[in-house]
Amino acid sequence: MKLLLIPLLPFAGFVINGLVGRRLGRAFVSVVGCGLPLVSFALALLSFRELSAGGTPLVEVVYTWAAFGGQPFEVAFQFDRLSAVMTLIVTGIGSLIHVYSTGYMKDDPGYGRYFAYLNLFLFFMLLLVLGKSLLVLFTGWEGVGLASYLLIGFWFEDADKARAGKKAFITNRVGDAGFLLGMFLLYQAVGTLDMQAIDAAFASGSPPAVSASLVGILLFIGACGKSAQIPLHVWLPDAMAGPTPVSALIHAATMVTAGVYMTARLSPIYVLAADASHVIATVGAATAFFAATVAIAQNDIKKVLAYSTISQLGFMFVAIGVGAYGVAIFHLYTHAFFKACLFLGAGSVIHAMSGEQDVRKMGGLARRIPVTFVTFAIATAAIAGIPPLAGFFSKDEILWFALGSASGGSPLLFAVMAVTALLTAFYMFRLLWLTFFGAPRMSAEASHHVHESPASMTGVLVVLAVGSAVGGFLSIPHYLEPMFALPALKEGVESLEHPVVYLSVAIALTGLAGAWHVFGDLRRAEALRARFAAVYGVLAAKYYVDELYDALLARPLTWISKKVFLDLGDRALIDGTLDGMARLARRTAGVLARVQTGQLQLYLLLALAGVVGSLWWTSHV
Amino acid sequence: MDKTQLLVVVGGLLFSIGLAGIVVRRNALVMLMCMELMLNGVNLTLVSFAQRTATSEGAVLVFLVFVVAGAEIAIAIPILLLLARARKTLDVQAYAELKG
Repeated sequence: MKLLLIPLLPFAGFVINGLVGRRLGRAFVSVVGCGLPLVSFALALLSFRELSAGGTPLVEVVYTWAAFGGQPFEVAFQFDRLSAVMTLIVTGIGSLIHVYSTGYMKDDPGYGRYFAYLNLFLFFMLLLVLGKSLLVLFTGWEGVGLASYLLIGFWFEDADKARAGKKAFITNRVGDAGFLLGMFLLYQAVGTLDMQAIDAAFASGSPPAVSASLVGILLFIGACGKSAQIPLHVWLPDAMAGPTPVSALIHAATMVTAGVYMTARLSPIYVLAADASHVIATVGAATAFFAATVAIAQNDIKKVLAYSTISQLGFMFVAIGVGAYGVAIFHLYTHAFFKACLFLGAGSVIHAMSGEQDVRKMGGLARRIPVTFVTFAIATAAIAGIPPLAGFFSKDEILWFALGSASGGSPLLFAVMAVTALLTAFYMFRLLWLTFFGAPRMSAEASHHVHESPASMTGVLVVLAVGSAVGGFLSIPHYLEPMFALPALKEGVESLEHPVVYLSVAIALTGLAGAWHVFGDLRRAEALRARFAAVYGVLAAKYYVDELYDALLARPLTWISKKVFLDLGDRALIDGTLDGMARLARRTAGVLARVQTGQLQLYLLLALAGVVGSLWWTSHV
Repeated sequence: MDKTQLLVVVGGLLFSIGLAGIVVRRNALVMLMCMELMLNGVNLTLVSFAQRTATSEGAVLVFLVFVVAGAEIAIAIPILLLLARARKTLDVQAYAELKG
């Protein structure tokens, strides 16, 4: 019952706020919208205690949906160590962001609708992480996609924002096609969609007769869509059109990590599938590097954070690819803290700047909004990997396994990730410098309006900053070790463990120093940009990926749809047939109507002719 | 040709003349008279056969036809009067409102 209530409470919030929230006022909406997720969080903590005491996963079968084949399809929840970590992140950080939203969205006319959607998101996200069967996971998977669509397009009066929502939804459909095919293959091979059964089948000595690599890659395509990996990453930067707390909750802390969760949950498949793991590591590394380079050249504070999120998700997938599943979840967990803190901090900055998001028009905010500044700085240092903050531990472990894992680790992978880590530190400190230091570059009027955010927002920032600072001391990989054994190390790399730690500290500090040097004096940044104008242009245009997709996919599809399906199919064939039939009927009627002269005598004559004709016919034939 | 045959032929002729009159003549009054002609053609046939078969049903039926014809004229003449008053003509071709 407890496990069922965890997702059901936010759903109740969705129903209440969605149906009557408008009429019952903002205070009521806030209490329902924040209170129910908090109760869910408390329930998750209770379940966690029970799990720690008993040691065996809690399982709850709610409903048998269909019973055929070998195994019934059940709506069942499972609370094991992995689900526990995910549920606590989702409900904990989710609740914090709900509280923050009461301040951020205070004056929005769609207040009730906003909280209804946010609660709906939590419901589906909790289905996703608690589901015992892939089918329940998939329901949550699609549901969070829906909630994401609704919230990206929350201000749907703006056509661009509505379009960003559609882009996210449609891009995810591509990934979901792969996910579905993977699920079908699994069901065919294993005969059930229960993830524990699938994992057990693949972990046993005689794995099912199906190519683990094929299944693994198909599922990874789904993960690519949800977790914004190349080539399906294009939706996430546009998703920043939604309200900032939404970006923090859905597009940084929770939903986009669903792909990482899913691949970790099905890790026995990937243990067997060396090829799929290589693909994941390669895609992850490429995405991490690519997104980090783009983030350097972006000027929208949220766009920088969006590309940073894509890059960090790439880090997580590298960890998955080299078999360090626990480490991937560790980075997911630390990332949830510092990225949520960064996004909410960015929201607070935007709030202070009366809606301005361009860092070129900021600067010098450190003194004006001190709480936001301090928390933002802590989170920045955490993501850059400065010890002893949370990001340092998880990123260092990823770097270590990228080098040392016996299943896929290589010097090349390590080098790419190290450079990416350097870029990460650089672009994050660039963002910090441009936003908070230097001379103010905003208009006098905007400067006059700068103010610190209300306590509901800064309080949450402080909590998240504390999490970003000390969260790394909680060793998630160790906690998850009963589920995910850490990968075996290559021979002869043990001696490199300490050098890697020093190197990752050095990387973070170099990034900090580099950003300080370049952006401490903006003339230097300007000179640098002028010298590498071509490179800067490509980065600022995000490698023209959107333009490429537009030319390769969108425009041909539009052309085919218009010329073939619309003009030829719909207009010529279908409309033409119907119009033709109507025209035929009209013309025939036009000919026959001439008989209706209104002349009584003609009618009579025709009737007479008819009588004579039929008499003649009956007597002669 | 015996008498009955002759009478039936005359009845048929009367009917045909009436029918042709209705179809070709345009004056509504003349058309009504032609209709009477047709009715009388039928009546003549009825009494001829009644005479021939020595039964009375045919002769009785004739009276029924008379009554119907009288009633019909009683209604048709006022209608024609109204039409003539409205249109100042009895030409049926002028009444073609139901043209398709």
